[in-house]
Amino acid sequence: MTGGDIIEAVVKSLIIIVALLTAFAYMTLYERRILGRMQLRSGPNRVGPAGLLQPVADGVKLAFKQAITPRGVDKPLYLLAPAISVVTALSAFAVIPVGPTYNIFGRAIPFHLADFNVGLLFVLAMGSLGAYGIVLAGYASNNKYSLLGGLRAAAQLISYELALGLSLVGILMISGSLSLTAIVEGQARGLWYILVQPLAFVIYLISAIAETNRAPFDLVEAEQELVGGYHTEYTGLRFALFFMAEYINMVTVSALAATLFLGGWHGPFDLLSGPWWLLAKIILILTLYVVLRATLPRLRYDQLMRLGWHWLLPLALLNVVLTAIGITLLQ
Amino acid sequence: MFLFLLLAVVAVAASIAMITARNSIHSALFLVVDFFCLAVLYLTLNAEFLAAVQIVVYAGAIMVLFLFVITLLNPGNEETDDRLRGQRPLAVALGLALLVEVALLLRTQAIRDRLGDFPPATSFFEQVQTRINGTPTAPIGNVQAIGIELFTTYVLPFEVVSIVLLLAVIGAVVLAKRQLR
Amino acid sequence: MRAYVPVLLLLGFVIANAVLIIGISHLTMRARPTPVKSSAYESGIPALGDARERFSVKFYMVAMLFIIFDIETVFMIPWGVYYRQLSCAVPLLASGVCPPGNISFFGLGEMLIFMAALLVGLIYVWKKGALQWD
Repeated sequence: MTGGDIIEAVVKSLIIIVALLTAFAYMTLYERRILGRMQLRSGPNRVGPAGLLQPVADGVKLAFKQAITPRGVDKPLYLLAPAISVVTALSAFAVIPVGPTYNIFGRAIPFHLADFNVGLLFVLAMGSLGAYGIVLAGYASNNKYSLLGGLRAAAQLISYELALGLSLVGILMISGSLSLTAIVEGQARGLWYILVQPLAFVIYLISAIAETNRAPFDLVEAEQELVGGYHTEYTGLRFALFFMAEYINMVTVSALAATLFLGGWHGPFDLLSGPWWLLAKIILILTLYVVLRATLPRLRYDQLMRLGWHWLLPLALLNVVLTAIGITLLQ
Repeated sequence: MFLFLLLAVVAVAASIAMITARNSIHSALFLVVDFFCLAVLYLTLNAEFLAAVQIVVYAGAIMVLFLFVITLLNPGNEETDDRLRGQRPLAVALGLALLVEVALLLRTQAIRDRLGDFPPATSFFEQVQTRINGTPTAPIGNVQAIGIELFTTYVLPFEVVSIVLLLAVIGAVVLAKRQLR
Repeated sequence: MRAYVPVLLLLGFVIANAVLIIGISHLTMRARPTPVKSSAYESGIPALGDARERFSVKFYMVAMLFIIFDIETVFMIPWGVYYRQLSCAVPLLASGVCPPGNISFFGLGEMLIFMAALLVGLIYVWKKGALQWD
């Protein structure tokens, strides 16, 4: 590993962090503007031109809130929990390829931080570690609602993670690799995997929404249920960290959906170059997220668990079997 | 070697912290740190699939179950008094005895010869690669190598695992049945 | 190992970022605690007893089942990656295609047996009502 490689990795890491934090900030604004439009109001449009400085204002406001640390919290865990959430959310993006290899400053620079054999498993591993942040937040807060909310959220997370993981097995059967770059290349040569794996795409999308605790699966952190769930006792920037983790997770699962099912950074025409295609696809999926939030009613907890275990899990297994039969017969 | 020493020190420190922590949630978290060190150790042996599985299954699934059980049962902080009288000095003495024994064994030439033969994980992948591709350097991934071995040579153990897992499901339900009703 | 150095670097930066934000929160956020403010928030009703009580055993069931199916997924990953070869009775051609007339149902069969055992488990749990939340 030469000095140049290290500098390259440092620059890429910083770009990933800054890009994801910016995406988080503007996703909150984008969501509120669309929700506003769908409810026949305009949404935040006062701070800066078209409300573009609203995220900055929100950040400043959160930073100067009062710090309320309830009695009886487990202080180290209380601070560790939001940190775990945001660390797992930010690092999952490491293996997602955002573009082809470009020549910049006379150096061939591949547009991904790392490409390794088990890239897909790395994303899944980071996703499953996210459960710690939630359980620990609930436990450390010394609040019944927080603890119950944390347990519910973690149970939801792990339930849908199964369907999510199994829905991806079909893809790696077709691509024969866990490397995300190889999966993108496989789609560039043939069809996008959404066309060969439509069932897997639907299962992935539903599980991904549930994984990120978004509407209509947001009952574990909804204000009307358990006064907000696991982050009830968090204020200011510490609360912002959970918020940040949730939105960055949304961006990551959307990027993963674009990479695995929608051809990644390849597009049908040369209208846009690599990274912009990926961005366009991510924005498309994020818009779907917001539209779903604005239109669907929330599920009850028993419905949520039944959907995950009784429908999505068997369907994901069925998808694997069907893919296997398909590959065997079409060889 | 430097990496190994660093990981070993962190792992041992985390293990000690785990058994001495009063709060069981803290103990569980130190165990997770231990699992991480183990995963990175697997990486240094080029066993990347194993490293990923270590995190997905142990840190991601089994320890989450532990956390659930701890929060569900809520044992609180452990009592400080020794349940068995004289347990602690006895444990220290036996532990030291074991340490001395291992150190003595490591000085024995016969044992050291055996340890020297212990193959790193890379050689396993190279063996599989040689069998499939005829050359140890042909590009075949870690995951493929495990797939080849597990689903051709070791099919029977693989199928037996499914029965073991089934028994685990049934056991869990039977144990929890009284509360479920 | 070399491919992982950038990821470890990113992990370092990300942890530094989280520590930084929590550090900033210590500097900017003032605490002005009062006895009422620092009690647990339970919709304005004074909290009764300790929060860390015992909870329903169903959460434990979910976690247990998760482990089992997670292990199944982990087994399916190398199987899936290697499936093209498993479904072919002879070694694949260099292009990754099976020579015509050599398909084999060995790979599918072994996974179907594996899945069947776990499906029995899932149906058993289902019938026993361990996943019933109402």
